[in-house]
Amino acid sequence: MTKKILSTPIKDEDLEGLNVGDVVYLTGHLVTCRDVAHRRLIELKRELPVDIRGGAIFHAGPIVRKKDDGKFEMVSIGPTTSMRMEKFEREFIKQTGVKLIVGKGGMGPETMAGCKEHKAVHAIFPGGCAVLAATQVEEIERAEWQDLGMPETLWVNRVREFGPLIISIDTKGNNLIEQNKAVFNEKKKPIMDKIKSQVRFIK
Amino acid sequence: MNKDQSIQDMTDTMAKFTSYIGKRLPNDVKDKLAELRTFETNPLAKAVYTSMADNQEAADKLDRPSCQDTGVIQYFIKAGARFPLLGELEEILRNATQGATRMGPLRHNAVETFDEKNTGTNTGTNIPWLDWEIVPDDDGATIDVYMAGGGCTLPGKATVLMPGEGYEGVTDFVFDVITSRGVNACPPLLVGIGVSTSAETAARLSKRAILREVGSRNANENAALMEKLLEEGLNEVGIGPQGLTGANSVMGVNIEASARHPSTIGVAVSTGCWAHRRGKIRFKADLSYEIISHKGAVL
Ligand code: SF4
Repeated sequence: MTKKILSTPIKDEDLEGLNVGDVVYLTGHLVTCRDVAHRRLIELKRELPVDIRGGAIFHAGPIVRKKDDGKFEMVSIGPTTSMRMEKFEREFIKQTGVKLIVGKGGMGPETMAGCKEHKAVHAIFPGGCAVLAATQVEEIERAEWQDLGMPETLWVNRVREFGPLIISIDTKGNNLIEQNKAVFNEKKKPIMDKIKSQVRFIK
Repeated sequence: MNKDQSIQDMTDTMAKFTSYIGKRLPNDVKDKLAELRTFETNPLAKAVYTSMADNQEAADKLDRPSCQDTGVIQYFIKAGARFPLLGELEEILRNATQGATRMGPLRHNAVETFDEKNTGTNTGTNIPWLDWEIVPDDDGATIDVYMAGGGCTLPGKATVLMPGEGYEGVTDFVFDVITSRGVNACPPLLVGIGVSTSAETAARLSKRAILREVGSRNANENAALMEKLLEEGLNEVGIGPQGLTGANSVMGVNIEASARHPSTIGVAVSTGCWAHRRGKIRFKADLSYEIISHKGAVL
């Protein structure tokens, strides 16, 4: 199977054929962007210091080391829980024109709506695989809003075949994790009943 | 060895050990993940297990923290009343945390509450968190170190049930937590359950439960049965790695319990993520040590 690779800037056509559960990789630029950066843009109405139109963001707070020559080295970078950004993401997609949002776990109806309206996708990078991810970062090109501290700084990474990225919300508004949760909830009732009949220790 | 030298040596060992466990998983977790991987047929689940294995290999080779979230550092101490550095342990572990933070390097994860400032050292008010057990008539010390990441701490929940709800209510509670909040905590999880008398006693026991080895069983027959039933039941739900569905949901279910008030059932759940970074080290009175959790580890 050949790897499906997206390159920034990402165009609408690149995403329209993607469905939830597809696996893609990213080559180009990936900018870390999480809680406070979202809050600054949406609530405090500050402009993002990086243009991410057609770009990709990563819900992540990495460990970065400053090297002797003043450059930054990516030590460890894995996804953080995307759901925390749910309340901002629809508006964020609209204002920034971002096309690919990478994180961990699912997101909710607001992000689904944003992805559908503006042709964007959310993808899951396997949580906890932070060194693997760091080895796919070729260089940290810029670091913006450093006043936010290491986890919240906007690290502008040049990446090569960054992934696996599992599409969890597609441009049609399908949501993989929500679908999975519905399956889990349906399955669990009879399983619980079976267990409960065997743990009546209070008689 | 004079006392100052002993304090320095133990601080050094604990700093190195704390940093070490952020880079390599303990044997029981490693073995279990390798086993669970073989059961998967779902291509997404297989892809995730491959990434996990590649990641651990890269972390070991490059000597880096395997997950960027190196957590809040917690130490669970079981010390003999005659351990020579008993009175100094708190300071030793605080300095060890700072040392590990530089060495790892560990991410800065200690935020002073109310002031809402990151201390930048992974130490702060009551952090690293220490949990004490004193063993009478003993002169050694066993220390479990745990990195409590944000994602795997978030599902944590405690409540007090009425006896009428029984262990059936415990089952409801556990399933509810794992199938809703557990999905985002980087499964397959190690599920810790405390069954006790009140919210805080159950919560403490639930944390102790995830320090117990994967695959171990509670000595009480009924508790062990419940561990087995919950483990099989949760696996049947098939949450899979990262909630992408798969052959399993959990690495295991461990229950720790105490006696309780006849009118209450305190119950709590703590979860460990697949990257369950904990380590166990045992010191003798002369401060020679043995690493129990990671066979063949050299600090
Ligand atoms: S839940 Fe565990 S593996 Fe996942 S990001 Fe948090 S600390 Fe890392």
